[in-house]
Amino acid sequence: MNIFLHLGRYFLLLNKVLRKPEKGVIFRNQLFSEFVGLGVESLGIVVIISVFMGAIIVIQTAFNIDSPLIPVYTIGFMTRQSMILEFSPTIVSLILAGKVGSRIASEIGTMQVTEQVDALEIMGVNPGNYLIFPKIIAALLIFPVIIIVSMFLGIFGGWAAGILSGLVTSHDYIYGIQLDFQAYDVLYAMIKTICFAFIITSVAGYFGYFTRGGALEVGKASTKAVVYSSILIIFFNLILTQLLLS
Amino acid sequence: MIEAVNISKSFGDNHVLKDLSTKFENGKTNLIIGRSGSGKTVFMKCLVGLHEVDNGKVLFDDRNFSEMNFRERKNIRQEVGMLFQGGALFDSMTVEENIMFPLSMHTKDSLEKKKERVNFCLKKVNLEDSNNLYPSELSGGMTKRVAIARAISMNPKYLFCDEPNSGLDPVTANLIDKLIREITKEFKITTVVNTHDMNSVLEIGDKIAFIYNGELWWEGSKKDILKTDNKEIQEFIFATKLTQKLK
Repeated sequence: MNIFLHLGRYFLLLNKVLRKPEKGVIFRNQLFSEFVGLGVESLGIVVIISVFMGAIIVIQTAFNIDSPLIPVYTIGFMTRQSMILEFSPTIVSLILAGKVGSRIASEIGTMQVTEQVDALEIMGVNPGNYLIFPKIIAALLIFPVIIIVSMFLGIFGGWAAGILSGLVTSHDYIYGIQLDFQAYDVLYAMIKTICFAFIITSVAGYFGYFTRGGALEVGKASTKAVVYSSILIIFFNLILTQLLLS
Repeated sequence: MIEAVNISKSFGDNHVLKDLSTKFENGKTNLIIGRSGSGKTVFMKCLVGLHEVDNGKVLFDDRNFSEMNFRERKNIRQEVGMLFQGGALFDSMTVEENIMFPLSMHTKDSLEKKKERVNFCLKKVNLEDSNNLYPSELSGGMTKRVAIARAISMNPKYLFCDEPNSGLDPVTANLIDKLIREITKEFKITTVVNTHDMNSVLEIGDKIAFIYNGELWWEGSKKDILKTDNKEIQEFIFATKLTQKLK
């Protein structure tokens, strides 16, 4: 029964959140601030993980190609497909769920337990809209950019690892990443990213908003936000993959 | 005037407020007192709409706040200022931004005019030149004073203070009490203060409502409260050995 309580509260909160902001200027300032907080500050970890993951995909693919019938450029092809279809949109989103989700839940949760959310309400401000809506919009706009950066860096990391280890030549790798390229794959990745961005910010916002108690509960809310948004990302990954690729 | 009419509020089986009715008069410092857990904070949250009442109504100058929707309440809330127990200042904003926030949300004033108002409010609470400090850089007393400045920035008709001097030393607590009283008189605000500090009761209480187990047990002035022979109030006022000796 608990799940219905959470679902009901989540959609009621969304009803408060997804409304026109009260002051356009304030919303714009919040949006730019969130671009930095949710996007720019996440770039570091995304860059490191993407480069190394691309490199690992190249090395693992090279070691698993035993047959001389499989051309070497397959390494480039496999790296591109892995990065675009799955690694960048899904795995990076899971990493962002940890980084961004915990940040949002703890920020709003702390505001809730220190009565700052009540203060907003007393001032006649819709706290859900003021606190969560800019984060959702910022994530919807900035996450696709981060994912595209991750795709490029992953493919670059793979190229660097392939060249430095001598597993693949630059020519073969570049031929592989250009082979049978379909723009729809990128569109599929973007659709997934936008869906995951909404899940991460809204679920984290929900757990933060309904935090009651003190520091311990803020920590719990932060953990729950990461766990539930990660589970939902995996679940919706399956559904979207079935819908868009089958 | 703020009027609470037959207010009841429960959380599950816990009946916190039971058919509570009282009036808070204009231009006066109205105190809600009672022991911890008696329902003071819940009552105040019902008054300002942070809790929905189960039964009864809250009237702000005969306007039924309890039956209003969010938009209608928003208009009344622009006339309300509230000082929270911990101050509830926004951590990410400076003192100036905190005080300016309600003005930015609800007025179309120019930045200069808003800054002028911020400085006026800071002067009222004796905190000039603190504009650029962050809440983490403020002491407990300063936090409360900034919170008062923010609460009065919109020139409210109604001011609510939830335990304004909790956690403060006696001198600072007295200062906050005086400030609340001054602001109430100067701007003719209807002020409602939630406290269990007897110094506040005797210092600023124009009208006092004593809540016991979620019921309005007694109400009167600060002169009357010392004379009453109500057992629960006597226990509350003369709780310490020192006050018993003084009695």
